[in-house]
Amino acid sequence: MTISHHVGGDLLLAYGAGTLDEATSILVATHLALCPPCRAELALAEVIGGVMMESATTGTAPAESLPDPAIVGAGHDGERHGPAAVLSAQPGSFVLPQPLRDYAGCDAAQLPWRTMGGGVRQVALKTRGSGATARLLSIGAGKRVPEHGHRGAELTLVLAGALYDRDTWYRRGDVDAADSSVVHRPAAGPERDCICLAVTDAPLKFPALIPRLLQPFFGI
Amino acid sequence: MGKSRNVIGFPYRRLDEAFGSDAPVPAAAAQGEPGTYVRASEAERMAARLQAVAERGDRAAFTELFRHFAPRVRAYLLRGGGDAGRADDVLQQTFEAVWRKAKLYDRRRANPAAWIFAIARNARIDSIRRERRPEFDPQDPAFRPDPAPEGERALAAGQRAEAVRSALSALSDEQRDVLWLPFYEGETYAQIAIRLGLPLGTVKSRARLAFQRLRRSLAAQREGLK
Ligand SMILES: [Zn+2]
Repeated sequence: MTISHHVGGDLLLAYGAGTLDEATSILVATHLALCPPCRAELALAEVIGGVMMESATTGTAPAESLPDPAIVGAGHDGERHGPAAVLSAQPGSFVLPQPLRDYAGCDAAQLPWRTMGGGVRQVALKTRGSGATARLLSIGAGKRVPEHGHRGAELTLVLAGALYDRDTWYRRGDVDAADSSVVHRPAAGPERDCICLAVTDAPLKFPALIPRLLQPFFGI
Repeated sequence: MGKSRNVIGFPYRRLDEAFGSDAPVPAAAAQGEPGTYVRASEAERMAARLQAVAERGDRAAFTELFRHFAPRVRAYLLRGGGDAGRADDVLQQTFEAVWRKAKLYDRRRANPAAWIFAIARNARIDSIRRERRPEFDPQDPAFRPDPAPEGERALAAGQRAEAVRSALSALSDEQRDVLWLPFYEGETYAQIAIRLGLPLGTVKSRARLAFQRLRRSLAAQREGLK
């Protein structure tokens, strides 16, 4: 299964530089877990960082008396980013890849979903820093989210099922990007519920009265 | 960062011990072939040092890494908005992580500067911005592994960095700025938009174009090597 809708180069660069806000970084890291070509792009972004660090005017040597280091635990740790052990993994056993499970604390089935009406449920993810907010959405099979516009950017990463938006189908790993010029009503595919991660950097705009009244309660 | 003082791990009580150390540096196990760039072979040498740290906890190799990279990492941390005291704390965390994670370093995948940059970047996010850094985990069962070896890796670590260096210098000043400001100065696109007096969308599309241009010029350099 290959991904056809990727995160933009500007997002990969900002994630590589470490300047992307935390909520959007969750979406990028989750896409990266599912997308080998974008991981190659990230590796390139980190080479850029390394080259800049190497070629910048060399700073002064560290001060003579540095504070005592917090001496870290024994030896080397090998848990993360090891090249081995990937083969033993069983693909597809989790709906939420690791970066999301780190925030959600569990997989999708165990989440405390809150219903928003219309077959749509959500769980907000707690992030630090300012700017964007991240939430997991579960859209019932064949259901649509209420029509809405945007004051900023909205990124939606599909994790399970399929999402139909503006004449395009999005599946696991695909990213649907909308900006302030877009008013849309994405729908879940008919076979199963669609679970996705939505990141917005400004509140949405709901033209219909009921969703607009409910908006403050859902924090969207 | 925990407060534990377990001395088995990190080889130096204080980083300046490492920096000022006169420990003999073992003969270079450089794999750079004659005629390659000086910098490329330096990158290979640093990669060999990282491997020595990973395989046998080689302190002399670690010292050499520290001597080469610490001033550069420190300069980077100072540019990213930290004061000197904070920068030194983060510098220390960075090299503790280099020591601890050396085993995870794969020289076929990353050149040493890129790898150490990523560690320093994460330490900076963690300590200076006080945010979490979401990252993928290759051992996650949901992780989709790389298919076949990618063409990108046909270039050795050092050659690749050298190729990026020359591709960067071929960019216009405008394009280089939108890469330099996030990577080195730690500025967000919104901050850059204010600094340059441009709409946010223009800054983002300029960054995308700069990245694309860099990729194309790397692909062209790869073709030239065949
Ligand atoms: Zn991708």
